[in-house]
Amino acid sequence: MIVQTLSGSAGAGQAPADQAETGRTFSGVGVSPGRIIGSILLMPKAVREPAVGEQLVAGTSAEDASALLRTAAKAVQTNLTARSSSASGTGREVLEATALMANDPMLVKAAVKLINNGASAERAIWDAAASVAEMLHNLGGYMAERATDVLDVRGRIVAELRGVPAPGIPYSDTPFVLVGEDLAPADTATLDPAKVMALVTSSGGPQSHTAIIARALGLPAVVAAVGVDSLTDGTLVFVDGAAGTVLVDPGGDEVALAKAWETTTAALAVFDGTGRMKDGHLVPLLSNVGGAKDAVKAAAAGAQGVGLLRTEFCFLERDTEPTIAEQVEAYRGVFDAFPGKKVVVRTLDAGADKPLPFLTDASEPNPALGVRGYRTDFTSPGVLERQLQAIAQATEGTEAQVWVMAPMISTAEEAEHFASLCAAAGLKTPGVMVEVPSAALTSASILEHVDFVSLGTNDLTQYAMAADRQLGPLAGLNTPWQPAVLQLIRLTVAGSRDEGHNKPVGVCGEAAADPALAVVLVGLGVTTLSMTARALSAVAAVLASVTLPEAEQLAKLALTAHSAADARRIVREKLPILNTLGL
Amino acid sequence: MSERTAVIASRVGLHARPAGIFVAAVGELPLEVTIAMAGEPADDAMDASSILSIMSLGASNGDTVVLRAEGEGAEEALDSLVKILETDLDAE
Repeated sequence: MIVQTLSGSAGAGQAPADQAETGRTFSGVGVSPGRIIGSILLMPKAVREPAVGEQLVAGTSAEDASALLRTAAKAVQTNLTARSSSASGTGREVLEATALMANDPMLVKAAVKLINNGASAERAIWDAAASVAEMLHNLGGYMAERATDVLDVRGRIVAELRGVPAPGIPYSDTPFVLVGEDLAPADTATLDPAKVMALVTSSGGPQSHTAIIARALGLPAVVAAVGVDSLTDGTLVFVDGAAGTVLVDPGGDEVALAKAWETTTAALAVFDGTGRMKDGHLVPLLSNVGGAKDAVKAAAAGAQGVGLLRTEFCFLERDTEPTIAEQVEAYRGVFDAFPGKKVVVRTLDAGADKPLPFLTDASEPNPALGVRGYRTDFTSPGVLERQLQAIAQATEGTEAQVWVMAPMISTAEEAEHFASLCAAAGLKTPGVMVEVPSAALTSASILEHVDFVSLGTNDLTQYAMAADRQLGPLAGLNTPWQPAVLQLIRLTVAGSRDEGHNKPVGVCGEAAADPALAVVLVGLGVTTLSMTARALSAVAAVLASVTLPEAEQLAKLALTAHSAADARRIVREKLPILNTLGL
Repeated sequence: MSERTAVIASRVGLHARPAGIFVAAVGELPLEVTIAMAGEPADDAMDASSILSIMSLGASNGDTVVLRAEGEGAEEALDSLVKILETDLDAE
């Protein structure tokens, strides 16, 4: 038969990927639950920088190169304008402005001048845009933020000149499954949750930016699925964000599973605002937020307070420290969303993956082990004290119960010093984060000086396992299911009990958003859980299905498991509700 | 040469969105329009049809800028552009 002959020869030669790959399963790490079927679009690789000093190819005149550049700039402008007309709100305005930049007379003129001096078109636009971006950056404020747009436009023009797909998240009229190597923080801004059905990456770990974005947006996601980026655009896949699998060309079973998930999400959309277990034991469920807008959303989702207010939003992308007045306004917006409820403010956590020009030293050889978090007070004293003053001022006149905690505390002495700074600022409830294993091991001494601790499981895992959280090959090590990490959590709770005042031990890391792990954490003695607002209903539903003694039993099994995978499997097997709900 | 001054009304200054609206309006004119901060020499004026020039001007709320154009219809054209700059485009 002709069809057989065709597919036979295709199989031996250049098979279309979707035929050769039919039924193939890629296994990765499931980082955000959900089961969907969709066709994929690949995230193009970042645009490679043209060689420094790259010259016009012999035989190409400056006029020809300039004409090509103008055509490319115009094409990018047309494309962005077309996209802006189908966007709405802020997205539309940003695209309209970016479209104007693509064919900007100043930018194009500067590039043409470089071409006339012998530079290749790619190198010319690269350098011309770099100078413009630097100039905008130096202007600071709003202009500095636009510098990124100029660099985005530059990448698009170079891609157009090379005839390769534009960088960044691909654009499509219809929803798709985004497949790539890993997402950068900058991609979050352009990720439209109405268009992206699921995220699948070949690299990255459970704490990677991709995972965090996916959980925040409630998108099913699988990371570290090696080889998945060899699929071609348009391939139909089934993504199971709980199991961590991606199946090419799904069949009837998967269609049924995806249908069932739709029903589940509808049922899971509500959290009644009280975290409680089957036996009535209360576990307050709070939310992690990064600003007033987040806080309003979290309150609407039923969060019983804020377990982690990331204050970096006031500081990032700035060249200078924000004033106390600016900070007061920013914090108050969050406090106002939670009258009568607890809001735990984490003081500035700069350094490592969140550098700040006025605080951190970008040349540190090992930033994760460098001057970051609370430690920036050693090198830039004053910033923390002013932030505490701002928090205290913002507290006046609000009804929120404001608690304050410092990140990256390693010793009881540091905790004592932080508590004294809080007292001086008039803040009544000081606490610290437990992210460094030394803090977990000495929590009893630490809690003699502060009123509570909150476990940051992302960093605690990275430090306990000595595994960088962004590295795909270490994804297996970098999970809070590691029995060693669970032991550190157990010891933190034990330290609190030894101290004798039953001071609260919360979790505000990504671990709290995993419904199965949430049960284990409560079983280990953790008193409150704080997570992305999206995860509240799922965690509440699973917690409500077990009693505290059952959770304690599951925690014991996880602690003594031989591996993270075993711990996860054993606990999940004892929680049938997970499978019923597809979590 | 016609000349007009305008006080920037947008609260955040002449940044991406207000600048975009202004540049789009300049682009529709059959004239070459320049923009400069008040007090700066006309020779240093920038191309008003370039959003990047406009942004690099760094004009904040309350700053005075000078628009210049030559040719037929320049007076009316500049009047319409002044109106845009003196509207708080962020408020809309």
